[in-house]
Amino acid sequence: MTEETKAPAPAAERPSRPFGERSSGGDRPRFGSGGGGGRSGPGGPPREGGRKFFRRKKVCKFCTEKIADINYKDYRTLGQFVAESGKIVPRRLTGVCSPHQHRLAAAIKQARNIALLPFAGRAS
Amino acid sequence: MNRAYELMFIVRPDMADEDLEKLISNLESTVTSAAGSIKSVDRMGKRRLAYMVRKFREGVYILMTIEGAGTVVHELERRLRVTEPVIKFLTVRIDEEQKRLEKIKKLRDAKKKVSAMPAAVAEEAPAAGETPAADVPAATV
Repeated sequence: MTEETKAPAPAAERPSRPFGERSSGGDRPRFGSGGGGGRSGPGGPPREGGRKFFRRKKVCKFCTEKIADINYKDYRTLGQFVAESGKIVPRRLTGVCSPHQHRLAAAIKQARNIALLPFAGRAS
Repeated sequence: MNRAYELMFIVRPDMADEDLEKLISNLESTVTSAAGSIKSVDRMGKRRLAYMVRKFREGVYILMTIEGAGTVVHELERRLRVTEPVIKFLTVRIDEEQKRLEKIKKLRDAKKKVSAMPAAVAEEAPAAGETPAADVPAATV
């Protein structure tokens, strides 16, 4: 209780712990503690140690690059969304957003019709 | 009702150039006679086909943009079907897509003009906010 009187505001919420103690559970950084803290700054990011798998968030190519026009003539772009077998790659794998996938699928089908892209297998 | 169309067709690769020119001028005359107009003709050149079409592995691609009613397309497609050297064709209506693209472009331009000013202000604001924040811990320690 004596320590509380020394450090005025921030420690008031949890009075039970003395200043020198470091708990492993990621207590929040304290302000105003003279020698005990050791944390660098206020507002430093709270570290989360438990996560092992980082999956990169997939983003829609057409949204990020602001490609408004998905055209059947642009077979090089379309080719990125066609598997080796000639299939249209589902958007759960490519990350393309729903409205763009609709346009993409339509464009790929048009390109197939005019022999720019194969129906099946690689472009001969 | 005028609409814009894009007509892409493939002719057999062993066709002579003058025959191709004759074919194109022929198509142009059919378009104009059906009260349509030709905006552009683009000879895209020889390209390998993605699959075999009428026993050809490559073909010469030609792209035309046409304006006119649906009857123009009807007549054109009928002609292409009976023209022997044309091995494949595809007609796509493009006016609605063009309209959509123009709309998007307009929207983006409008956004750019509006955001150009606040973006400069917003860049300065955090920079100004950072310096006192950096000062705080130094002052307390």
